[in-house]
Amino acid sequence: MFAAFDPIVLARIQFAFTVSFHFFFPAFSIGLASYLFVLEALWLRTGRQEFLDLFRFWVKIFAVVFAMGVVSGIVLSYQFGTNWSVFSDRTGPVLGPLMAYEVLTAFFLEAGFLGVMLFGTEKVGRGLHFAATGMVALGTFISAFWILAANSWMHTPVGYVINAQGQFVPAGDWLAIIFNPSFPYRLVHTVIAAYLTTAFAVGGAAAWHLLRDRDNARARIMFSMAMWMAALITPVQILAGDAHGINTLAHQPQKVMAMEGHFESHPHGAPLILFGIPNQAEKRVDYAVSIPKASSLILKHDSNAPLAGLDTIPDDQEPPVAIVFWSFRIMVGIGMLMLALGLWSLVARWRGKLYEWRLLHRFALLMGPAGFVAVLAGWVTTESGRQPYTVYGLLRTTDSASPLAAPAVGTSLVAFVIVYFFVFGFGTWYILRLIAKGVQVGESDPPQGEPVRTAGVVPGPAQPQRKDPA
Amino acid sequence: MTADPTLATIWAFLIAFAVFAYVVMDGFDLGIGILFPTLRGEERDRAMNSIAPLWDGNETWLVLGGGGLFAAFPLAYAVLMPALYPLIIAMLLGLVFRGVAFEFRWRDPGHRRWWDVAFTAGSLVAALAQGIALGAILQGVKIAGRAYAGGWLDWLSPFSLLTGVSLVAGYALLGACWLIWRTEGEGQAHARRLAGRFGVITLAAIGLVSLATLTLDADYVSRWFAYPDIVFTAAVPLLVAVLAFAFWRALVRKSDVLPFLLALGLFLLSFAGLGISLYPDIVPPGLTILDAAAPAVSQRFMLVGAGVLIPVILAYTGWAYWVFRGKVGAEGYH
Repeated sequence: MFAAFDPIVLARIQFAFTVSFHFFFPAFSIGLASYLFVLEALWLRTGRQEFLDLFRFWVKIFAVVFAMGVVSGIVLSYQFGTNWSVFSDRTGPVLGPLMAYEVLTAFFLEAGFLGVMLFGTEKVGRGLHFAATGMVALGTFISAFWILAANSWMHTPVGYVINAQGQFVPAGDWLAIIFNPSFPYRLVHTVIAAYLTTAFAVGGAAAWHLLRDRDNARARIMFSMAMWMAALITPVQILAGDAHGINTLAHQPQKVMAMEGHFESHPHGAPLILFGIPNQAEKRVDYAVSIPKASSLILKHDSNAPLAGLDTIPDDQEPPVAIVFWSFRIMVGIGMLMLALGLWSLVARWRGKLYEWRLLHRFALLMGPAGFVAVLAGWVTTESGRQPYTVYGLLRTTDSASPLAAPAVGTSLVAFVIVYFFVFGFGTWYILRLIAKGVQVGESDPPQGEPVRTAGVVPGPAQPQRKDPA
Repeated sequence: MTADPTLATIWAFLIAFAVFAYVVMDGFDLGIGILFPTLRGEERDRAMNSIAPLWDGNETWLVLGGGGLFAAFPLAYAVLMPALYPLIIAMLLGLVFRGVAFEFRWRDPGHRRWWDVAFTAGSLVAALAQGIALGAILQGVKIAGRAYAGGWLDWLSPFSLLTGVSLVAGYALLGACWLIWRTEGEGQAHARRLAGRFGVITLAAIGLVSLATLTLDADYVSRWFAYPDIVFTAAVPLLVAVLAFAFWRALVRKSDVLPFLLALGLFLLSFAGLGISLYPDIVPPGLTILDAAAPAVSQRFMLVGAGVLIPVILAYTGWAYWVFRGKVGAEGYH
């Protein structure tokens, strides 16, 4: 039934689908791991039961998120070979070592200490347990470092020569490859995005419970912490995003042209198109609403600076403009809403109404999933903007695929879609149900009626009052 | 710019090590999934408890094996993945089900029966796919230029099905021996019976696969029987016989940990036998380790990290196993 399809299109859909699904989990677990680390630190420092309860609550969610991240990540690590084998052969000498380092420095660290973090409560002391939590958090960060180094290199490839077999071969300076021109911007922007994703998810969960009971002490702590993150970190993210955009303009101008909807060049200052419908066939943006010269002001910090448009590059090098244009606007729009919520929370805090202002809580609840949407939209912007290349300007997507027939790729695509919606749909439902139930008072007491994990130890944080397994 | 024979050989051994680590570690926990339908009531909880904190680390070796192949031998990776396409996809989907079953089974008691089925089916499919893939590699892969040139079902043959079933039996043996080690009482006695049954099947499978392999390619025969190598290669089947005898005695004498160690020994010997058959090919027939190797500059860069990090990983993995040592209970607080 797939015989009529182009196998490369199917392979692209498959990669986009599996990577988008996967990306939710690390985006959540990077922030959540750090949050758990902070909660455990606060508990160890203050001894307050609320922090332990919060830790116990979020660690359950972390376990589910992490498991889903691991299994969907293994799929990705093999997908380079299954669907993109030519790409694997060509880029293996450069990208392979970066990803091997990710496994060696991050995946093992996370996996090795995760067991102790989840089930080691009574097997190790408080300090060691805290260290394990720290190692898991560190692992998620190191993982982001390497995978973004590899991904950034595909956007801004440097430090290679091409050998007789057509492979990219490192020229010898690995630091140049790792710290390629777009890497620092991408790393900062993505890690902050992960933190914000978690902050808004936690804030949304807290808002839900404050709306039902504004005196809920645990929800108050969650809400306050999340709103501090929203207020303080969102502006930082906007600055980081701006810097990343300027970097992209320098290295991948056609991506920015697509983001901005600039089909034509503007020698005397380019307008900022707020809305419109990109029409790639006719090379114009229909129904555009724009602010004159604002695009030049943002991108070049000079309203009269000239900006080149897609008319300066051949048609077969253009990215899919509509996708990039719209995903970018979704990301930026959500960023503005995040900023608004952060500022609003500051006003509420100032007036001493942080826990009383119902409208604020409703808005925070609505913004709970915002980080996920923004992360996905940003990811689509940057990855679609790289097309039609896998390695920017050097290796075309159409030249990267495996020699597979459409039925093979199509069948596996259908299998992935069914399994992912079933398995991860269930996981998401479970997490939402848990959040709706909320943090219980005495969350850290031994659970009743729940199954018991290793050696009679229940999953959870250090429980100092019980030194010996029963 | 070019590959270096010494580095290529070192990396071949390192990846073989990662694959072996994966096979035995995820082997016993996949084995528990395979044995799950034979376990009853609390036996299931105990079995799951015994691997819950460890499976994630075990499975990471699969990522190192695959990622390492991509990095150190990109051509082999680029050829094998499309050649084994449906098997890899099946394995990954099996691992998805199995991995989430660890969490969901506890979290969703209402559907526990279905998550148990997912755990077993996922483990079985993953193990079978890995075993069939092994057979598919041994029987040879069609290559033209730098790409796979066969069809998407070339891997399917009686031989590859035999290796698939053999690996399932082998994993079940490892799982049963792990349970002997980690449980007590009636559950342990049950595990011992299972280990006996799968021990017989595994030994028969080792013999069958070994003989069948020799019929596949004249190179395999010469690698085993050429003089003077035969002095060393002959040791492999002899040691298998010795370990099989010791395994039997350990079972009969109701030893706790010996059956597991001896089963590991059987896997190590089988793995060594595989190496003897293949070396110096990485993808038979004819694609050697050196042909497929990444340029020396890549392999050297990774070797620095691997040399430092693999011992560190082994150290903290060992520590995690140590933390969760001892017999597992199914009961909690009283």
